[in-house]
Amino acid sequence: MIEYVKMIVVLSAISAVCGFGLARISSATKTRIEEQKLLNVKGPAVKKILAGSGNNLIADRKEIVINDKKMIVFIGKKNGVPWALAYEMEADGFGGEMNVMMGFNLSDNTLTGVGVTSHKETPGVGSRVTDDSFTGQFKGKESTASFKVKADGGVIDVVTGASVSSRGVCDAVQKGASLYRDVRAESGK
Amino acid sequence: MVSLAGEFTKGLWKDIPPFRLVLGLCPTLAVTKSCLNGLGMGMATVFVLVCSNIIVSMLRKVIPKKVRLASYIVIIASFVVIVELLTQAYVYSLYQALGIFIPLIVVNCIILGRAEAFASKNTVVRSALDGLGIGVGFMLSLGFLGAVREILGKGTLFEGSQYMIHVFGQSFEPFTFMVEAPGAFVCLGLLLGIMNVLGD
Repeated sequence: MIEYVKMIVVLSAISAVCGFGLARISSATKTRIEEQKLLNVKGPAVKKILAGSGNNLIADRKEIVINDKKMIVFIGKKNGVPWALAYEMEADGFGGEMNVMMGFNLSDNTLTGVGVTSHKETPGVGSRVTDDSFTGQFKGKESTASFKVKADGGVIDVVTGASVSSRGVCDAVQKGASLYRDVRAESGK
Repeated sequence: MVSLAGEFTKGLWKDIPPFRLVLGLCPTLAVTKSCLNGLGMGMATVFVLVCSNIIVSMLRKVIPKKVRLASYIVIIASFVVIVELLTQAYVYSLYQALGIFIPLIVVNCIILGRAEAFASKNTVVRSALDGLGIGVGFMLSLGFLGAVREILGKGTLFEGSQYMIHVFGQSFEPFTFMVEAPGAFVCLGLLLGIMNVLGD
């Protein structure tokens, strides 16, 4: 009997100590890990979209709440003055969820660029929507433009053979553009 | 009784994993696409192996026999999570390169093997030296295997750092078979064969 009690006590004690230690380490590294993730996963897209900014884009991010949803807004500054902001939206593509980063110029409300940060599209087919030849079409368009593929009455050319993936990117940009006024007002605070 | 130095050095040649102890082959085959990945994986393993050996050895008289494996796994898993968090926080590129193989260190037979076969029967100092020796041996093996595969498969060495060298010059046509999965088996097999010919 005493043997069973000892087994339970020892194993529980070891697990408890390990669990406590891990919780401490996890909370100590949490902010750094988040920063590293942003820097390595979203960083390249943000840098490309907000090219020409003189500030540290990852450090100058802001967390805002739009429609009860948390969003991260990256703010590009030239000579200390904000000139553009970028944020991410998700939509469904062909293979699953895709995340699209988009940037808006604050002075004329046009898109500074669009980049796909993560997707599950078919390699070589749907994945072509990540190419500049497709995403470049968004650049310079007004935030009020109709971001749909031309077959649906919009202004974007589809990637041949990847209409579902193309629509996914358009959906994300459309969603993001419709929130632009709110995001701008919210992040200006 | 083996001398203290002997506990360390046996892991570098006599018992060097994965060539002598043919254990821990999963990470050996999977992450040795480049020299630095191999070394990084090796370093993570050294950390887990030394720490878990020390703790297991310290607790060897407290842990009841029937729950010893469960206890070892809890201890090993904790150190693996620590490594995972630290690589994520400080060397994210390595974390991305190693991916799932960091959490899989938990089930690396070398670590559980050393805990069960050595640390549970020996003093803390000996266990630490044993872990360090076996770990460093494993790291050097992975680094070497990675270097061979990288040189033949990509024509480079230390890819991913500023010390990258083009071993055969830029015009080298890489033997890409070596950085694919079958190349790992062929390369490991040949090295195992060479180690057997060299003997003790």
